[in-house]
Amino acid sequence: MPKRLLHFLLPAATGVIFILVWYAIRFSMNEEMQFLLPTPGEIIASFRDNGDSLARAALNTTEGALLGFAGAIVISAALALTLSLSSLIRISLYPYLMMLQMIPVIIFAPILILWVGPGLKSVVVITFLICFFPLVVNTTQGLISTDRNSVELFRMYRANRLQEILLLRVPAALPYFFTGLRIAAVLAPIGALVGDYTAGSSAGDGGGLGFQAIIYSSQAKYPALFATAAVTCVLGFVFVGVVVGLSWLALHHWHDSYERTDT
Amino acid sequence: MAATPLVELHDVTKRYGAGPLVLDRVSLAVQPGDFISLIGPSGCGKSTLLRLIAGLSPVSGGTLHVDGRTPEQAAAELAFVFQEPTLLPWLTVAKNVGLPQQLRGLSATDRAATSRRVLDLVRLGDRSAAYPRQLSGGQKMRVSIARALSLSPKILLLDEPFGALDEMTREHLNEELLAIRQQQAWTAFFVTHSVAEAVFLSNRIVVMAASPGRIHTEITVPLAYPRTAATRLSRDYHDLVAEVSRILRSVESAAA
Ligand SMILES: Nc1ncnc2c1ncn2[C@@H]1O[C@H](COP(=O)(O)OP(=O)(O)O)[C@@H](O)[C@H]1O
Ligand SMILES: [Mg+2]
Repeated sequence: MPKRLLHFLLPAATGVIFILVWYAIRFSMNEEMQFLLPTPGEIIASFRDNGDSLARAALNTTEGALLGFAGAIVISAALALTLSLSSLIRISLYPYLMMLQMIPVIIFAPILILWVGPGLKSVVVITFLICFFPLVVNTTQGLISTDRNSVELFRMYRANRLQEILLLRVPAALPYFFTGLRIAAVLAPIGALVGDYTAGSSAGDGGGLGFQAIIYSSQAKYPALFATAAVTCVLGFVFVGVVVGLSWLALHHWHDSYERTDT
Repeated sequence: MAATPLVELHDVTKRYGAGPLVLDRVSLAVQPGDFISLIGPSGCGKSTLLRLIAGLSPVSGGTLHVDGRTPEQAAAELAFVFQEPTLLPWLTVAKNVGLPQQLRGLSATDRAATSRRVLDLVRLGDRSAAYPRQLSGGQKMRVSIARALSLSPKILLLDEPFGALDEMTREHLNEELLAIRQQQAWTAFFVTHSVAEAVFLSNRIVVMAASPGRIHTEITVPLAYPRTAATRLSRDYHDLVAEVSRILRSVESAAA
């Protein structure tokens, strides 16, 4: 069988088995316990009933995740460039970056609500904080890991500092940057969700998926809760998918991680 | 002496920081068109000598003139070929070759024209759109040489450029290097571990000794240019290889 077909068939088969097991567990449960595990059919039905609130929440969470993610990319890139300039700057700032990473969102959320109020602003800040660290660390590492011979080459041709950064250090750091970006892309929707759960608000345009989950849970709409989880998964896949695509565009021509293997 | 030397070292010494003496009173006068091979035990300062001439590192004592100036002032006349091809993997072959010109601020059209010209010189004109990872080791080295030639340097510094290649590829590239030199009369400093390579390429072989690094002997190679694969079959060539090998062995056993 061609490998391509296997790559499609095997996961599909796993999915079918998974759903069968799901139904099997569900129907072996006592009648009064069955609410704990809605069937896939019930979950799909809940999409119909709660479509509006789910869509609005998904949009709000996407907005928070995107803004926090984008902010983290821009600011981490600027900070990484600064950090790459001198080891003294790195030594001075690294402990505080670590501290920033250590702040638990649960503790930080009430402080944030105090500062910027609940809702989108808080969600964006929390997403930013969660995405920021892997981006800074990876990008900085990339900027300072430039091949020594290449640096000599640039010195030999009397390149100025700006040329060295733009034509050598930045492109050489791209694979590292994309490693950080992939991690951050996984974290961004989760960050927005956690942010929403801890600092969301129904005011204005309404809350995001985290906030919506609290509501569904209080209303005992369990299938809708599962639907919320599904939407979150899709959101995560979209984020990661876009980053994987961008990474491919930027790197596949030259980077070893995309080495063509003729098998 | 006929012409004024293109590169002149007078009692050049070198130590890195407070470290031991790496080069001890090296004196050498190189005429335009010379092809100098530097050979000697590892650690005797061959690479260091090239780096001094390239202006990548300052001399600790003595004087060093390139084209009548300091190496820094003469930077435009110098090009370096490293032991590794040192190509930027994210640039195509043509863009890699155009890099030195890009750093000098030349226009993209000028760069493209030069890239084409020097890539033809190393017979890689048809690979200009390829990325380095698509090339063989020998091809990468030829791109590296093309890049060094892109600024039409007067002096080419090569630090064991073919050391990592197999014998066959190396012999081919040796012949190619001399063929290119027929068309572009640069002066060469060529560091090598291979006596055969040194004899085949150069008109002067400088044998160095270690601890501290110094010039042990200089041997003139009287074989006429152009040299071809046939040169390697000649009696004179073999005698010279034997003689240089013997000198090198005596230097290396003294060091051991
Ligand atoms: N950047 C450097 N800093 C300190 N010592 C160096 C440096 N480069 C080379 N050396 C020392 O200088 C000596 C000569 O090195 P090198 O010029 O590389 O020799 P070769 O190329 O002949 O093998 C060695 O002992 C080496 O350890
Ligand atoms: Mg060396």
